[in-house]
Amino acid sequence: MAQDHKLEILRGLVKFKSNTQKIWGVLILLSIITAVEVVLGIYKPEVFMGHLLGMKILNWIFIILTIVKAYYITWDFMHMRDETKGLRRAVVWTAIFLILYLVFILLQEGGYVFGVYDNGYIKKDF
Amino acid sequence: MSSTVVTSGSEGKTWGGGNEPLKASYGKMMMWFFIVSDALTFSGFLAAYGFSRFKFIDSWPIADEVFTHVPFLHGQELPMIYVAFMTFILIMSSVTMVLAVDAGHHLNKAKVTFYMFLTIIGGLIFVGSQAWEWATFIQGDYGAVQTKGGNILQFVDAEGHRVALRDFVVAEPKERTQHERKSGLWFTSESALPTYTVEEVIHGLEAHDNVLVRTQTLTEEGEKTILSRAESLEIIKANGKQVVEGANLHVNEYGSPLFADFFFFITGFHGFHVFSGVVINIIIFFNVVLGTYEKRKSYEMVEKVGLYWHFVDLVWVFVFTFFYLV
Repeated sequence: MAQDHKLEILRGLVKFKSNTQKIWGVLILLSIITAVEVVLGIYKPEVFMGHLLGMKILNWIFIILTIVKAYYITWDFMHMRDETKGLRRAVVWTAIFLILYLVFILLQEGGYVFGVYDNGYIKKDF
Repeated sequence: MSSTVVTSGSEGKTWGGGNEPLKASYGKMMMWFFIVSDALTFSGFLAAYGFSRFKFIDSWPIADEVFTHVPFLHGQELPMIYVAFMTFILIMSSVTMVLAVDAGHHLNKAKVTFYMFLTIIGGLIFVGSQAWEWATFIQGDYGAVQTKGGNILQFVDAEGHRVALRDFVVAEPKERTQHERKSGLWFTSESALPTYTVEEVIHGLEAHDNVLVRTQTLTEEGEKTILSRAESLEIIKANGKQVVEGANLHVNEYGSPLFADFFFFITGFHGFHVFSGVVINIIIFFNVVLGTYEKRKSYEMVEKVGLYWHFVDLVWVFVFTFFYLV
């Protein structure tokens, strides 16, 4: 029922009176994040074009903002905030662990294959 | 949760299924179970996309140059605007869905009906937009020449703006026509022939001093390499193999064919999820209208399809980032 919803987001910074209000609040937050992403994507500020850990800083910002959005969709729209700790961890930790593992392996391998092409062992520019 | 009204007569029987440590009904847990496995499927696709992109990190197409079209604004370059609109539509329909779930907790049939209806409309707008995006992508815009090695050569003017083949190439009358079932062997056919041949492109390039060739290779600044006039003519005469207009699973005028393959596969798989979500939402919508959940005194089914619908939104957030932004 409505009374067992947790009504605070941003670690208690914003508290809502009702669940409906919280939904609109989360919508505003997600829209702001999307707008920031689109503006950064169109203008590509020079400040963020440096490289950090093998990727552009701008790309890291996009990925972090995406994860923030994913957090609010899961926690507030999918009501993960109101589920028990056990259910939450079973779902979130399993997925995150497996995805990180897969992404690490595939990106590592992709970088290696690029190196093989780049060092001229295989001709591809003709 | 207390809104879950599923009774199986096992209450209080600790060893008979009466113990619910996760305090979620069977149906809801199964939906979460499905969502986790589906999330792994999607991350498999996106990770494979990342693999291919890292493999061709110095020549991958720039998404900003590929997806620049907005309906009714023909000829204008507006990167990302339309995808941002699609993202907003999907988030909005997620909001109406969660409002429907909330109204369901209050057993407010009229409100659930209204919000479910809005959710379905949002889903349909999204699927329609995706169809339009596909059509634009398949049709192509500028055209390009593919080399023997499968690389793409595009054309730009002196300022670096893209030039379409139709602006400098003249098609001559041709002997060769498209082979169709009705005009030859009835059991074979071929896809449409390109408007121009490589020879015609070479003639056009020779006749227009201001047109240059742009290769797939990215420079230090992350832009495509533009060749000099002499290099342009040389590379196209030596390596040009076929004219490519638009994109399909074999060729892609925007760059690596893998880009088109992943675009069709990932957005197609996501679009299929949205489509099934709309169908499931319609079924639940009619159940709400008919008063099935009113009689049951529980709108938990709305909550379950809501979980699926939000998941589709969640996946789109990642597809948006990795296909259009990064």
